[in-house]
Order: sequence, then structure tokens, then C-alpha cells
Amino acid sequence: MSGAVFVTVFTPLAGALLLVWIRNRNRAGWLNVMVSASTFAAALALALEVARREVVAGGGFRVDAFNVYLLVLTAFVGMTTSIFSRPYMQYVCATGKTSARGMRLYHVMFQLFIFTMLLALATDNLGILWVAVEGATLTTVLLVSLYRTPEAIEAAWKYFILCGVGIALALFGTVVLYFAAQHVIDEPAAGLSWSTLHAVAPQLEPSIMSLAFVFLLVGYGTKVGLVPLHQWLPDAHSEGPTPMSAVLSGLLLNVALYAIVRLKMLVDGALAATDTPYLAGQLLMGFGLASFLVAGLFLHRQRDIKRMFSYSSIEHMGLMTFAFGMGGPLATFAALLHMLVHSLTKSAIFVTVGHAAHIAGTQSIEHIRGLIRTQPIVGWGLLIGVAAIAGFPPFGIFTSEFLLLSATMQSQPWFTVALLVGLAVAFAGLFRHLHPMVYGVVPAGQQPVPANMIPVMVHLGLVLWLGVSIPVFLAHWLDRATGLISGGHLL
Amino acid sequence: MSLEHLTLLQQLMVVLAAVVLFTSFVLLEQARLVAAIHAFAWQGVLVALVTVIVAASGRHTHLFFSAALTLGLKALLIPWMLHRLVRRLELDRHSEPLRRPALVIMAALALVIFSYWLVLPIVQQELIFTRNIVAVSLAVVLIGLLMMVIRTQAVAQVLGFMSMENGLFLAAVSATGGMPLMVELGVAFDVLVAAVLFGVFFFQIRASIDSLDVDRMNRLTERVDEQ
Repeated sequence: MSGAVFVTVFTPLAGALLLVWIRNRNRAGWLNVMVSASTFAAALALALEVARREVVAGGGFRVDAFNVYLLVLTAFVGMTTSIFSRPYMQYVCATGKTSARGMRLYHVMFQLFIFTMLLALATDNLGILWVAVEGATLTTVLLVSLYRTPEAIEAAWKYFILCGVGIALALFGTVVLYFAAQHVIDEPAAGLSWSTLHAVAPQLEPSIMSLAFVFLLVGYGTKVGLVPLHQWLPDAHSEGPTPMSAVLSGLLLNVALYAIVRLKMLVDGALAATDTPYLAGQLLMGFGLASFLVAGLFLHRQRDIKRMFSYSSIEHMGLMTFAFGMGGPLATFAALLHMLVHSLTKSAIFVTVGHAAHIAGTQSIEHIRGLIRTQPIVGWGLLIGVAAIAGFPPFGIFTSEFLLLSATMQSQPWFTVALLVGLAVAFAGLFRHLHPMVYGVVPAGQQPVPANMIPVMVHLGLVLWLGVSIPVFLAHWLDRATGLISGGHLL
Repeated sequence: MSLEHLTLLQQLMVVLAAVVLFTSFVLLEQARLVAAIHAFAWQGVLVALVTVIVAASGRHTHLFFSAALTLGLKALLIPWMLHRLVRRLELDRHSEPLRRPALVIMAALALVIFSYWLVLPIVQQELIFTRNIVAVSLAVVLIGLLMMVIRTQAVAQVLGFMSMENGLFLAAVSATGGMPLMVELGVAFDVLVAAVLFGVFFFQIRASIDSLDVDRMNRLTERVDEQ
């Protein structure tokens, strides 16, 4: 039994309950930052404990090297986003886009959202995992429609309905999985515990497990934004307030992918002895590659800056899904590293984009011009962020994409061509829009806005650090997670 | 399959499951919103009844609690909430006939057959009796999905969503004797929150497009637009 898990998971819930009562906007903003910071501190303590004891389990939670790294990442991005959102949301409120009630709703829902994600990551129970992922939709849907514009309401409705349907299919998959478990496990209540199921995975009935996996993949895949289930994602990410876009793109997609990887581990165990042992991996590779290529093409025709970066998220999630599907230590290590650097970079980009949109007064790419002259720090932030996300060498995404390409070359050489073409297409798609936004002619009367770029610098600094040299402890940490998922070690 | 090999309770369950499927068809075809809400409430009652029978037939005593929860939530609370919303939105007289009823029914039938085919691996594992109910619940889920696709009215879409939940619950109860209590409570809580949020959205949508016909929400598309 461990206190650190409870503190990590329930601090945001307690924070949300506190924030309900606080009317003062300024104080709520600060409390939001403080709660997020203490969550991050607790997550760090938990990480230390996991480093000492391999697995921390008890009270329905189970934290190992794989999920603890996502827990720390979630808490960290939650913290930096809350630091960014405090002045940002006050600016939004001052411009009259939302009311005092909207601000209160925002703060409460932000913490509840972090709570559902930490719960989904830390729990051992696949049913609770489902409840938490559905909870993440419910907490964010009102925030997507926060500005009450017709576009925002349409985006929120689409998000609600598509994710609701997707997640319902995932619940059916969970029921089928539980059904398969009941033939193997005597204690019915333990039939949804991931660790118990993982221990008996080879005995689970393969045909039922494949049926369950298809439903689970479609369900959670909707949340990851896998093509063709991605329709809600660009809308929800572009119409909501910017801090929400940052945590949705940077964190929620990771959590959904995490669920799929956990389930793949069970299905791989069950199918190992059949004549289709790689079914789950092949499905992931197919969906992943399709998402990667389609999203790369869609980057070219975007007119809204946040929509463009949402498509970039789909592209990167596709890449990670592909890597997890391919399996093997190298690809898995690459995917884990990619999850980390993508979250950091993408949330930094969304923060910068939020400021850029305030400078230009619109999210339309055509009207965002000459950022680097109006406000150099925002212009440079956007330029460096996009360079990082496109996979330029000194940054961490280059490292993970390079590892992934090497792994592909090793096991599935033909896919390397598709990956390289996809990367080139995505690169072109991003830069053709970026160049005029950063360097173009400044429109008359464009003024700098109060900008808080510290989170961006911290994130991009970390990504740069990970690109130049991955610290030894982190490499070993990721390597342990790789061992858990793929069964082999890299270091 | 031969019905006489089943116990009386099991036969009753199969009949009830069939009636649940029938209410799904009623929901699908029902043009008047208020009547559709009533059909949904009856579906909730039937699912609760199946749960009681599973609970009474043996080992799963915690299912009595789930049955009460289902009855309270799906047969009373949510229909009542929807009913009130429909009255406040002045949609009591609203009716929206399907454009191609025959085609829709055929599609729903195809879904039922597809569900039976899909659960074939379960047959090898379990009694023929479970297979029927699991197939029926999957069909209820898929028909709910179909309803969300073909209906353009927001309240009707929500009914489709909720009837999907009914199908899921039926599957959990009949195939596995119910999920663990913690999970069931969590799912029920999520459904309740979803129902409340849907209510909020009805008003937001109406304020935004002055109607609840979600087909009119078409600002966000991937067209190369014509500005």
C-alpha cells in the first residue's frame, strides 16, 4: 500500500472540490497552479518509490515503470499548463469571451480532467480505466464549448457524440474481455485486474480476446484520434480555450494510447500460441500508418492554426501507434521517447499559438503575420517549436524518429519508405504555413500582448536536452518500461 | 436451438431479451419524441427485469443492487429528465418521420444478423443460451449506433446513445453476471453525468442555431472553403 499513489491521484480531485467554492478569479488561478504543483511533487515522490521497488501496488492501483513515467509527464504538463493558463485565461476573461462563471467552470474542470487522467493511468482495473477515460471526455466537453460560439458548440457536440460512441464500443470490448477472463480466473471480482489478467494471459481464449481487442481498439482508438475515427479531434482541439488544447493534445491522446498498449500486452499473451500471434500489432501498424499519412496530407490544407497543429498531433499519435504495433525493444523504446517529447513539444506549441492568436486577434493562418517582428519571443517560440515537432536534429523528436526509422529498417524495411515520405509531406505542410506567419509583413497596428513564455522555454529546453543527450536515469527508466512492454531490453 | 433444454428462468430471460431488442426497433422507428422517450423507459424496465432474473437464478447477489440502479436511472430518472427537457424546449409535439423507413429496418435487421455472426467464438465457449443474449445485446448496441447516425434531432441522438448503454449493460449482466460493483457504479455515474451534460447542450445548441436539428451544424468541415 502506498500513500504516494493516493496523494498523486486524489490531489487534483481535492483541488477541484476546493475550486468550486472560490469565486475570486485571481485567487482561483493561483490555487489552480498550487494544486497542480503539489500533484507534480507527489508524482515525483511516487516515481522515486517506483524506482526503488519496481512496482507499487495496492488499493486497486498498480504503478510500474511504464505508467509512472506517464504519470510524471501528465502531472508536469498539467503544472506548466496551469502556470500558463492563469494570466492567459484572465486575458480571455478581460476580453469578454467568457464570464466569471465560465472561469470557475474552467478551473474546476481543469483539475477534474487531470484527476481522470491520473486515475486512468494509475488504476489496475480495466473497468475503472474505462470509467476514467469516459470521465475525461465528460470533464472537457463543456470546456470545448466555453466560448459559446456556434463553432465551439458544434465542435463540443461532435466531440461528445463521437467519443461517447467510441467509448461505448470500448466498454463492449471490456465486457467481452471480462467474459474471457471468467473462464480462467476463479475470483470473479479480479477478472478485470490487469496484473491478474497479464499473469494468466496465455490461458485466455484467443478468439474471444481478438474480438474484444477489435472493439477496444476502435473505442480507445477514437480517443487517440486514429484515422478514420479522428473527425472530432481537430474541431475539439481548435475550438476550446488554448490551455485545453495543450492538455488534450499533449496528454489525453497519450492516456488513450496507453490503454491500447496495455490491452495489446494481454492480447499478445493470449494469441502467442495461435497461428496469428501478431494480430494486435498488425492492426496497430495499419491504423497507425494510415493516421500518419492522412494527417500529414491534411496539414497542407488547413486554414486555422490550431486545427493545423491538431492534425500534427494525429500524425504523431499515428507514428507512435505504428511503433508500438511493430513491437520489439527498439521500436517500443522509440515510441515511449516519442510520447514524452511529443507531449512536451505539442503543449509548448499550443501555448505559443495561444499568444500568437491573441496578437493577431484571430486563429486564421492567413491573418497571422510577422510574429517575429511584432513580438520576437512568440515568433521564435513558434519557429523553434515547429522545428522541433517537424523532427529537426538537435531536438528530442529527431532522436525518437531516428530510432523508429532504424527499428523499421531492421524489421519491416519497406515501411521505411512510407515513413520517410510521410515525414517529408508533414514537414512541408508545417513549413509552408509557418514561414509567412513568422516572417511575413506585419499588418498595420499589430501590438504585442502580455505573454508568459516560461513554460514554453522550459518544455523546449527539455526537448532539446533529450535530443542532445538523454540522461542516464531516464534512459534506464524508459528501458525498464520497454522491458515490460516488449519483453526485451535495449540497454 | 431448442428452447425446451433451458430452465424456465432462462427461457423467460431469452423472451425478455427479445423484447428488449423489439423496443430498440420501436425506438428506431418512432417519429414522436415523447413516445420514443417512453419506449426508452420501457427498455430500461426490461433490462432491469433481466438483471433481477440473473440475480435470482444464483450466485450474483450484488446484481439486485445493479437492477435497482438500472431501474432508477434508466427507467425513471433519465426518461424523466429528458421528458422535462423536451417540455421546456417545447418539443412535445415534435415528430420527425424517417425518410426511408423500410431501408432503415432492413439495415437494423442486417445488424442483428451481423451480431449473431460476430459472437460465434463465444458459442464454442458457453451455453447456446448466453450466445443468444450476447448477440441480442450487441444488436441493441449497434441499433443504437444506427439511430445516432440516421436521426438528425439532438434528443433522438441522445436516446440512441442511452439505448447503446442499455445494450452494454445487458451484455455485461447476461454474459458475465455483471461487472464488479465499483465498475458498475462508475459507469452509472458517467451515464448520469452524460445525461445532465446533454441537457446543458440542448440549450446551448438551440441558442446557437435556433433548432435542435444537428444537421444544421456544419461550420466545421474539411472543405476547401469558398470564402
